[in-house]
Amino acid sequence: MPLNLEPNFHEPGKHYLHGFSPGDEFYELLIKMHRPLSEAESIKVNARLILLLANHIGDLSVLREAMTIATQCATQE
Amino acid sequence: MLKTYTYPKFEYRRPEDLDCTTVRRHPVLIVGAGPVGLALAIELRLKKLSVIVIDEDNTVSVGSRGVCYAKRTLEILDRLGVGDRVVEKGVAWNVGRTFFHEDEVYRFDLVTDPDHERPGMLNLQQYYLEEYLVERAQAVGVELRFKQQVLSVDAHEEGATLEVQSPDGRYQISTDWLIAADGARSPIRRALHLDVEGHVFQDRFLIADVLMKAGFPPQRWFWFDPPFHPNQSVLLHRQADDVWRIDFQLGWEADPEVEKQPDRVIPRIRAMLGAEHEFELEWISVYTFQCRRMAQFRHGRVLFVGDSAHQVSPFGARGANSGIQDADNIGWKLDLVLRGAAPQTLLDTYHEERAYAADENLLNSTRSTDFITPKSPISRVFRNAVLELAEHHAFAQRLVNSGRLSVPACYTHSRLNTPDLDAFAGHLTPGTPADDAPLPDGSWLLRQLAGGFTLLYFVDPGRRVDAEIAALTALVDDDISINLVLVAAIGAARSRYDAHHGTLYLLRPDQHVAARWRQMDLTRIRAAVRRACDLH
Repeated sequence: MPLNLEPNFHEPGKHYLHGFSPGDEFYELLIKMHRPLSEAESIKVNARLILLLANHIGDLSVLREAMTIATQCATQE
Repeated sequence: MLKTYTYPKFEYRRPEDLDCTTVRRHPVLIVGAGPVGLALAIELRLKKLSVIVIDEDNTVSVGSRGVCYAKRTLEILDRLGVGDRVVEKGVAWNVGRTFFHEDEVYRFDLVTDPDHERPGMLNLQQYYLEEYLVERAQAVGVELRFKQQVLSVDAHEEGATLEVQSPDGRYQISTDWLIAADGARSPIRRALHLDVEGHVFQDRFLIADVLMKAGFPPQRWFWFDPPFHPNQSVLLHRQADDVWRIDFQLGWEADPEVEKQPDRVIPRIRAMLGAEHEFELEWISVYTFQCRRMAQFRHGRVLFVGDSAHQVSPFGARGANSGIQDADNIGWKLDLVLRGAAPQTLLDTYHEERAYAADENLLNSTRSTDFITPKSPISRVFRNAVLELAEHHAFAQRLVNSGRLSVPACYTHSRLNTPDLDAFAGHLTPGTPADDAPLPDGSWLLRQLAGGFTLLYFVDPGRRVDAEIAALTALVDDDISINLVLVAAIGAARSRYDAHHGTLYLLRPDQHVAARWRQMDLTRIRAAVRRACDLH
């Protein structure tokens, strides 16, 4: 399965009236998680988060594709 | 400054109360002649109630302020009789464009579903809306008392007694129901020592109304970190009379007095527009905002509506729009209670339904604000990563949050709803505002709704339903009258309402769905009306 680049945030059993709501909820969780952290702590937490999620995804072809897109963005800067 | 608009001076009339030896008692007194207080006054007056509105000033709002009015608000204004004027004067738009640095990263269209009479959004300077509402209020017989200030409030079990300062002296006035539509700083809320909970956002925004002839299309343009205003955001809206509204984010450290000076403002605008556009300043202001609401919108006989009850960040146009929906929610309930047709507990559902709406507005506008104004370096890193990815990837576009624009709240958990017994597809569950649809004769569905309870009866064209109509018509004579509206079960009306031949929707006077059925059953219809009126 290729990397999903379409909106995909959701929660089982939860019904959303607006398409943007689950994504906004994710973003709020992310920013709230970082709020009490120092910058150094945030970097560590981000690293752990990437490792956890990468393992959950598991499929190396998907992870490779995500890495490519993430670094493409960086080289455009 | 201020070239396109002449501020009206509304007439002050010496109040009769000054010459009375006894304190006069009125059914409803509204404090505050802003859009919310005026909308409610017109609504109540259209229901034949006598209404007084008191306001300190004798003119309209200075500057464009509210600006964006959502489709639902326009539909409410239609019912109040000012929708056509507002739409004729305003600038309709549906498309919003979002830029990061110099590139467009995201574009949205508010009306994904065509065939609505009203546009997704309409821009109009608040002073025009207020002027039209004042004229309409006067035409329908609302008593407007300008240049009068409430000095004190005594709230008690049977109503409230107020002391009012007029240019000709002080008087006392008594009311069964007091409506505080007196804005974010609500003197009534303060006089009653009631708290409003939340917080101030540590940011400042410069707003400028600019007169210019520019060929930009009527769209909402939002910039994150543009080259002409680095590290901050900018918002551009087109309004009536070639007046454009520009909001510059300044940051918390900015000095509002310095930033308001034209010699500071003009270079900012020139940097944005480029040297080729000539413009003139009409109005400048610097604002901060708060996200907060009162714990209770109803305190006995005192009801808080609009900004006095709740305040949100401006991103998403959820302030004025939610205030007008407050008025829409409370008007019919107050009418039924004043007539003795419904218990006072019906007004508790004003708080329940509109506090739910306020929380939804607070949640969405706070999320927008956190995206627009990152509070830490890591937060900014994520924000910019979203914007970078958004240029190419749909998932990230969905995360770009420059304001989630006002949509009406769906009171899906309200106790006034009758739960579905039959299966329905689509989004019009009980509690949801009725959706508009074009009708075969060229008119619009929402225009058929007169203001009371309405039963929409969907019928396949050509089928005889004389007996059913005769039976349903009897409902008009009920204590709480129900108007019958026949709708051809075809086209957008059929699909939006998931209507078959014989489908019925009961709509509350504020056009929210109270109940719906596949089969006609007068007992069930009457029970649903009683439930919607909180009669047990």
